[in-house]
Amino acid sequence: MNLITPDGGLLFWMVVIFAIVFFLLAKFGFPIITQAVEKRSDRIADSLVKADEVEKRVAQMDVEHSRMLEETRKEQAKMLKEASEARDLILEKAKADAAEETARMIEHARMQIEADRRSAEADMRRQVAMLSVEVAEKVLRKTLSSSSEQSALIDRLVDEAAKTAEKPQS
Amino acid sequence: MKRLIVILAALLSFGTAFAAAQEEAASPNDVNISQVVFEHVGDSYEWHFFNTRDGRSVAMYLPVIVRTRDGQWHFFSSRHLLHGEGAEYQGLHIAAEGQPHAGKIVQADGSRPLDISITKNVLSLLMSSILLVVIVLLTARWYRRHDSLKEAPKGLAALMEPLVCMVNDMAKDNIGPDYRRYSPYLLTAFLFILLNNFMGIIPVFPGGANLTGNIACTLVLALFTFFTVNLTGTKHYYKEMINPEVPVYLKPIMAPIEIFSAIVKPLSLTIRLFANMLAGHIQILCMVCIIFIMAKYGGMMLAGMGAVSVIFGIFLDVLEMLISFIQAYIFTMLSSIYIGLARVKE
Repeated sequence: MNLITPDGGLLFWMVVIFAIVFFLLAKFGFPIITQAVEKRSDRIADSLVKADEVEKRVAQMDVEHSRMLEETRKEQAKMLKEASEARDLILEKAKADAAEETARMIEHARMQIEADRRSAEADMRRQVAMLSVEVAEKVLRKTLSSSSEQSALIDRLVDEAAKTAEKPQS
Repeated sequence: MKRLIVILAALLSFGTAFAAAQEEAASPNDVNISQVVFEHVGDSYEWHFFNTRDGRSVAMYLPVIVRTRDGQWHFFSSRHLLHGEGAEYQGLHIAAEGQPHAGKIVQADGSRPLDISITKNVLSLLMSSILLVVIVLLTARWYRRHDSLKEAPKGLAALMEPLVCMVNDMAKDNIGPDYRRYSPYLLTAFLFILLNNFMGIIPVFPGGANLTGNIACTLVLALFTFFTVNLTGTKHYYKEMINPEVPVYLKPIMAPIEIFSAIVKPLSLTIRLFANMLAGHIQILCMVCIIFIMAKYGGMMLAGMGAVSVIFGIFLDVLEMLISFIQAYIFTMLSSIYIGLARVKE
């Protein structure tokens, strides 16, 4: 039948025209289009990979960030603790120093007071002695105005002297 | 978009109906369906548009290029052969129905000369090929003038890019690393078939020729695939074909089977595309013919069955558009698979 017998003329033209169309399109048409399209799809694939990488990096940075934050917080706590410890130490030491100093000063003051007391005592003694000598002198002068009294005194003194001389013997 | 498709389909079926209606006006008595259908799906030496009311046909006469057996070239308009039954010109005439080579130009003794006339199908082929080249080169020009990394394609490029991408990806998937060598062929074949399928559905000039439903056209396409496959195959492919790794007693059977299968592949491509497109055209034409058959049975019948066949006609037209795409896709897909099979490395 007509329909299923290929016609020679159409076969000929089909070969010629399809070959020309193929040549033209394969040379000037499709390579340009496919290259452009592939360039773009490569770019898109690349971008996707890059975006993925960036996302991963961001996630990593997030982890890093929170880790650093945690570390900083720990550091801070540690430093605070250390500071308070140091403060306590310094306070303690200051207290101890102060106590020591006070004690030392008190001791010094006491010794000073003692020394002053001693010198004052000695002074007083000396003055008392001098006063008593003077008093004695004045008394003597008054009482020895008569000769009888002078001799009475001499006697008493001699007695006294004698008594003191006897005493070590007894 | 949906509305556009419906309108387009309606126009298509209306156009087909219109064309057929004009055809029938010439023979008002009886509708010879098989004659109408085969006239529409077959090739001819003229591009028939319609018949006027008084029976004159309005057609575009095409150049006849014939080399007779005596080595003489003849080049004239087909007008000279188509005026009246059995018109003869320069010793050539068109064989009548029932004779060998019916409908073709034959010499006085009934033998076929070498005939490379520009027939309806050849003209359609020429026009759609020019259209295809223009479309693709315009698309290529867009890509040449624009940076595809910075701009999304617009207009024609936006229309063509998905198709090109689809076929290119198909080539990549089926052929493997050296697909770049083959993707231009696959793209050409795909767009060529797709465009001609669509042109075949359009009922009015410049569409309406049944090019992809013609076995010569699909045979040439399949042969291009056949030679692409078998001239660029790897060593391993030929070895598999001639000396496959099977037990010795199977070798005499396997080699013929393999060779047979290599020959049958293009034949199956030929017949699949040809038969699908031809069947689609015949279906639509039959739907339209129903209207004219019913005309004999009165107004009610005509109105009722007319409505049914218009609805079915629209359905078949839309289906035909789907099939146009599917067949172009399948042809390209199978070609790429055959090429891929011939590129085996191991």
